[in-house]
Amino acid sequence: MHALCGENGAGKSTLMKILYGMQQPDEGTIIVDGEQVTFHNPADAIARGIGMVHQHFMLADNLTVLENIVLGAERLYGIGAKARAKVKEISDAYGLNVRPDVLMEQLGVADRQRVEILKVLYRGAKTLILDEPTAVLVPQEVDALFDNLRELKAEGLTVIFISHKLGEVLSVADEITVIRRGTTVGTADPKTTTTKQLAELMVGSELPTPETEESTVTDVPLLKVEGLHLTQTDLDGVERIILDQIDFTIHKGEVLGIAGVEGNGQSELVEAIMGIRTPDAGSITLDGTDISQLPTRRRRESGVGYIPEDRHRHGLLLEAPLWENRILGHVTERPNSRGGLLDLKAARTDTERIVEAYDVRTPGIEVTAASLSGGNQQKLIVGREMSHKPKLLIAAHPTRGVDVGAQAAIWDHIREARREGLAVLLISADLDELIGLSDTLRVMYRGRLVADADPATITPEELGSAMTGAASGHLEHPEQTEDDDR
Amino acid sequence: MKKLTRRIDKERLLLGLAAPLLALVAALVVTALVILATGKNPGEAFSEMGSYGIASDSQVYILNKATTYYLAGIAVAIGFRMNLFNIGVDGQYRLAAFIAAVLGGALTAPGWIAIPLIILCAMATGALWAGIAGFLKVTRGVSEVISTIMLNAIATSVIAYLLQPGKLAELDEAGTTVRTTPLPKSSYFFSIDTGPSGILWGFLFVAVIVGIAYWFVLGRTRFGFDLRTVGQSETAAAASGVSVKRMVATSMLISGAVAGLIGMPTLLNDSHTFSNDFPAGIGFTGIAIALLGRNSPIGIALGALLWGFLERTTNHLEFEGYDKEILGVIQGVIVLSVVIAYEVVRRYGLKRQQQRVGAELAAQAAATTKKQEVA
Repeated sequence: MHALCGENGAGKSTLMKILYGMQQPDEGTIIVDGEQVTFHNPADAIARGIGMVHQHFMLADNLTVLENIVLGAERLYGIGAKARAKVKEISDAYGLNVRPDVLMEQLGVADRQRVEILKVLYRGAKTLILDEPTAVLVPQEVDALFDNLRELKAEGLTVIFISHKLGEVLSVADEITVIRRGTTVGTADPKTTTTKQLAELMVGSELPTPETEESTVTDVPLLKVEGLHLTQTDLDGVERIILDQIDFTIHKGEVLGIAGVEGNGQSELVEAIMGIRTPDAGSITLDGTDISQLPTRRRRESGVGYIPEDRHRHGLLLEAPLWENRILGHVTERPNSRGGLLDLKAARTDTERIVEAYDVRTPGIEVTAASLSGGNQQKLIVGREMSHKPKLLIAAHPTRGVDVGAQAAIWDHIREARREGLAVLLISADLDELIGLSDTLRVMYRGRLVADADPATITPEELGSAMTGAASGHLEHPEQTEDDDR
Repeated sequence: MKKLTRRIDKERLLLGLAAPLLALVAALVVTALVILATGKNPGEAFSEMGSYGIASDSQVYILNKATTYYLAGIAVAIGFRMNLFNIGVDGQYRLAAFIAAVLGGALTAPGWIAIPLIILCAMATGALWAGIAGFLKVTRGVSEVISTIMLNAIATSVIAYLLQPGKLAELDEAGTTVRTTPLPKSSYFFSIDTGPSGILWGFLFVAVIVGIAYWFVLGRTRFGFDLRTVGQSETAAAASGVSVKRMVATSMLISGAVAGLIGMPTLLNDSHTFSNDFPAGIGFTGIAIALLGRNSPIGIALGALLWGFLERTTNHLEFEGYDKEILGVIQGVIVLSVVIAYEVVRRYGLKRQQQRVGAELAAQAAATTKKQEVA
């Protein structure tokens, strides 16, 4: 089992794409089983026994597990009993516990991931590439995944996996390769390496910790959400409750963290507060004014900063230059415009400032946002939102897919603004981040805030069990048992 | 840093020029092959076109034609910038020209009142007709492609119904053509008499103003930024606080209003009446020109001039014994190659930029590490 680590933009994904035939290398060789090969497309790679599990699953919700696995590989074992037997065989052999006749939409994230792995194995893969497989899982699920992977390894398969989470890498990998800016900077033996050494290898700097210092929470409520309720009718005409009686208050200088497995209503909550979605009931009060009826733009103007969870879809214009992206979302505010007219010069100058202050690594502000790496795109977004002195920052997965260096920088910016009285609604799948940054923690499960916890004492494992619905109410930390190794 | 930015800009400019040039060359090659296939000499044909096209009377003709085409291109481009495909420009301008001609024929007011009224009436009609499609899209989610095609057909029928003697039209003096009451002399738009070369339509200046307004509004105003944002990414626009629906409706109205202007050069400078032989199909020409000009105000101008040139010169070729269908072939091939060439060049450009940014950053990093080592 081989792990690949590196900063964002270091070239991990590109390397994997080359291995999987999605991109062609300019030079160099790939050797599989002692034989030099060239891949022109993923089909070539599959034929050589290389399979890839993407970070974003590629599954059809309205098909069953079996149908999803067979889809596109009908020629191997047909679509009938033979295919079913093969799926069962693989599932049993590696302990994947896949139920072939369940509809995909009924499965949770961890189950979907197992289906993706099975899909790849079904196509005869001997080498598995997993792109950030743990990003969407809670700790318990991560452990289960690693058990599965060990099973695969025991059966003689090779696993390559990409991860930002150094602790996991060390616990599961047999060998680690670190790459930085497109070249291998070193290999590490997980038995003798510590996370700190590994991080230093990756960025050449200290490992950041999201520890908040002294509390800056005041008793001035800034955002008050009361009785927020949202239902949605799906295609079959069934009404589903997305948000159910959400109540919370964030005070000035407070970071409220919301933990939860993705898809439990966090995105909808954020969109309701931003005014992108209209809730059925409930009120949202910002700094004493009711903003429930205001359009998104007015909400942003009245001091709401927004770091969206999907920066490509919601936070950037990928084919526009950086300075236009700096205007995005704040077109009515200075320095971007005066009256109804854009102030291109001021916007450009201010973009230069953001690039400088937030360490956005780019050769200039005229390049398109798409040509920056994910971490640098995120730094630009954070810089943009912070530049307008928000009262409230909504940060959805602010450091997702961001390397350790950028992560530390983003955390620092949030903490600094918090000291000046910024209220933050933090939504994250990274439990260490949640625990480290938040002043208050709530757990969201199936559209409800089911539990709350004190970040000073809670452990990721305890939080994880509440996220799967196993625990609710106030999560008390059993004092003596856990030690603070995280 | 500065140097690289400049280099990328220069490269972007070069790539921008590469696409239309590539398309033109491809079109020339294909046309040459077609002419060869008909047993004629393409070289002669091209030189004939060239020498005839730059004659002074041709220049005036081309400018007049291009005025109309330019307005059509801008009307379509406004939709394109929003990711809206306003195929209905054709119906919008014909209906607008018809209604405006009826109004103009009925007005007896002095020109300085009548002309603006006619123009405003045309813009309002065009906007209204496009607005129907916008309204349907926003409220019912009807694709603007479908609804505008339907509206084109409806516009044709409406005009055919109303353009009858006794309804809103009359027979001309010769008793052969059905037309609207001609505009009084006072309502003619000014024109420039260039002597033997012909008469240059004054509406050319309106087209130039529209082009400048298009550039200014899109590139320099908040409204334009919102519009472009929606065009690039609806999700990002919504998250940034643009009301996507309102933007769709507004831009459809503006596109329709500009479409209303398309018939004006002909009506106010040339025919002064709307009859059955009023130019039709210019809305579709506008689509081709907007594609060719890559939605840029200058590009559309060049596209419009090229279209005028091609029409003028291929008409002439017909007299020289060539087949007149060559015009259609050239235009068709240009549009096809333009669409392909732009996509190819765009992808290449994006990829190249990404590579360059990567390379530059790697070089920067290497430089800093070296410095550190030295220190």
